[in-house]
Amino acid sequence: MSARLATPGVEAARAELEVRGVETGDKLMSAAEAVRRLVPNGSVIGVGGTNHARTPMALLIEVLRQGRIGLTMTRPLSCFEAELMLAAGMADRLMTSWVGIGHGWGLAPVLRHLVENGQATFEEWSHLGIGLRYKAGAMGIPFLPTTSMLGSDIDRQLHLAKVTCPYTGQLLNAVPSLNPDVALVHVQRADTFGNAQIDGYQLMDADLVLAARRVIITAEEIVSADEFRSDPARTVVPGFAVDAVVHQPMGAYPHECYGYYEADLDQFTAYMQAVKGGGIDGARAFVTELIAHPDHDAYLASIDPTRLAALRRTAQEMLPR
Amino acid sequence: MTDSMTYSASGQSDRLIPLAAQHPGATPDEIMTIAASRLLEDGKVLFAGIGQPLVAAAIAKRRQAPHLTVLLEGGMIGIELMPGELPASTNEVRAAVGAQMLTGATDIFLMAQRGYFDYGFIGAAQIDQHGNVNTSVIGDPAKPSVRLPGPGGANDIASMCNQVVIVTQHEPRRFVERVDFVTSPGFLTGGTSRQDSGLLHGGPRWVVTDLALLDFAPDSRRMRVRALQTGVTLGEVRAATGFELLVHDQLDELPPVEDAELAVLRHLIGGSQEGGREASR
Repeated sequence: MSARLATPGVEAARAELEVRGVETGDKLMSAAEAVRRLVPNGSVIGVGGTNHARTPMALLIEVLRQGRIGLTMTRPLSCFEAELMLAAGMADRLMTSWVGIGHGWGLAPVLRHLVENGQATFEEWSHLGIGLRYKAGAMGIPFLPTTSMLGSDIDRQLHLAKVTCPYTGQLLNAVPSLNPDVALVHVQRADTFGNAQIDGYQLMDADLVLAARRVIITAEEIVSADEFRSDPARTVVPGFAVDAVVHQPMGAYPHECYGYYEADLDQFTAYMQAVKGGGIDGARAFVTELIAHPDHDAYLASIDPTRLAALRRTAQEMLPR
Repeated sequence: MTDSMTYSASGQSDRLIPLAAQHPGATPDEIMTIAASRLLEDGKVLFAGIGQPLVAAAIAKRRQAPHLTVLLEGGMIGIELMPGELPASTNEVRAAVGAQMLTGATDIFLMAQRGYFDYGFIGAAQIDQHGNVNTSVIGDPAKPSVRLPGPGGANDIASMCNQVVIVTQHEPRRFVERVDFVTSPGFLTGGTSRQDSGLLHGGPRWVVTDLALLDFAPDSRRMRVRALQTGVTLGEVRAATGFELLVHDQLDELPPVEDAELAVLRHLIGGSQEGGREASR
């Protein structure tokens, strides 16, 4: 038995693309519309960023707001956004190398509760394992060979297939491609066609975008196509790979966006206190409060503006100069 | 959460080593971090993690290894730390300050696979006699009693870096005969089993604890006490270990923590870990 493929393989993803064609037009829309169109029940969602960096929070909260069931979340490192999806009963499966709230807050309590009681699945990969799954998906090939996970119980648990190098005889793990049904990615800058720039650490997002079957981008700023042409080497996402573009300032809040704002650790603490007091019901109450705001801008308007300004200022102070 | 917290690699302890010979004010975490920092040679490349590994690296850079290149799984290479502003994650802006290069997360691990990284630092919820590390589950993997965070980058670090250094508190429930789950491979079942699995390079070089510095015997690949922390006895190390330890022929004692080391460490940490912006992965 070999590793279960969560999505149709690269060949199916390619065939689908050939039938529907790429989308090169203007695709600016609201988060609500993008999620309604592109995130059906049962989706495997590739979540951009890692841990609390450039998490597409506005989109994930919109998924919570609209309500979906049977979701699988894939992400190299997961933070409390995964807990929110699990607690709300929308996702029941994570494919990741790590889930935590952020250190100092301990283990992920909802994940613990659900996994230890057999109500959710933590499909555990190495960090590079997730990266190579996306990369194979982005390259249009069904697997990539690596030494990652060899000898470990992660390997044993996933039943990874082995390959022998046809030249040297070296034994390697064959990591299958992952082409998520939809990728949700937050970036600093995009044009309305979906060309996007990512400042700072790129993480795995360019591969995730190319691998995914559908892509929603949220951007701190929407800039003109001409602006991209003036510095084209900074474009890391080609517009033709993107299905929807959403203008969403502070779209990763309460997580960080490099150069724009730091993570709001008070919100992490608020989440952990909600769970400490009420367990999984506390997490659900936290979600209920989040989705009571009609949209992300309304959520942001509920936060002390001096707090938001401070997060923006410190993020800028830490930029190279 | 209290019980499970103590299983996290981050578990803080207020236990002080009650020994006059050791620096009287140093906590076990500080002793361990400083011992780890001393292993780092100048001019090498270190794959670090948040918490003790990063602090150990920063101490080394301010002392014997100013040209140590420190990198993180978030894709940051050649970083510097801002004293008092330590990052909460390997994937955030505070971890990118002073970086010489920002690259992709997959790329960082591919550089590890390529063989560029001299050292890799990881923590452990459980570690066994062959240096295998568990940060996945306590109990039966099919129905765990504690679901831990998972490897993060640790599986790749343990598989790919030239010398793996495991930094963890020395407690019987951490030092177990056989880990419940091999998250990050050490020498597997000893002997040549690591190579036989396809891992042709690296392996655990050192285990640094608040009680001792340990390595692995050449053939059996079993854990061996190399040196004791100042004032600690072999009996204390054995009592804190859940399996039979080998002992090096020339068992050393590590020099005590110096005032200067402690001062650098505390300056780095500053107020940034109050309430805990994080611990090690």
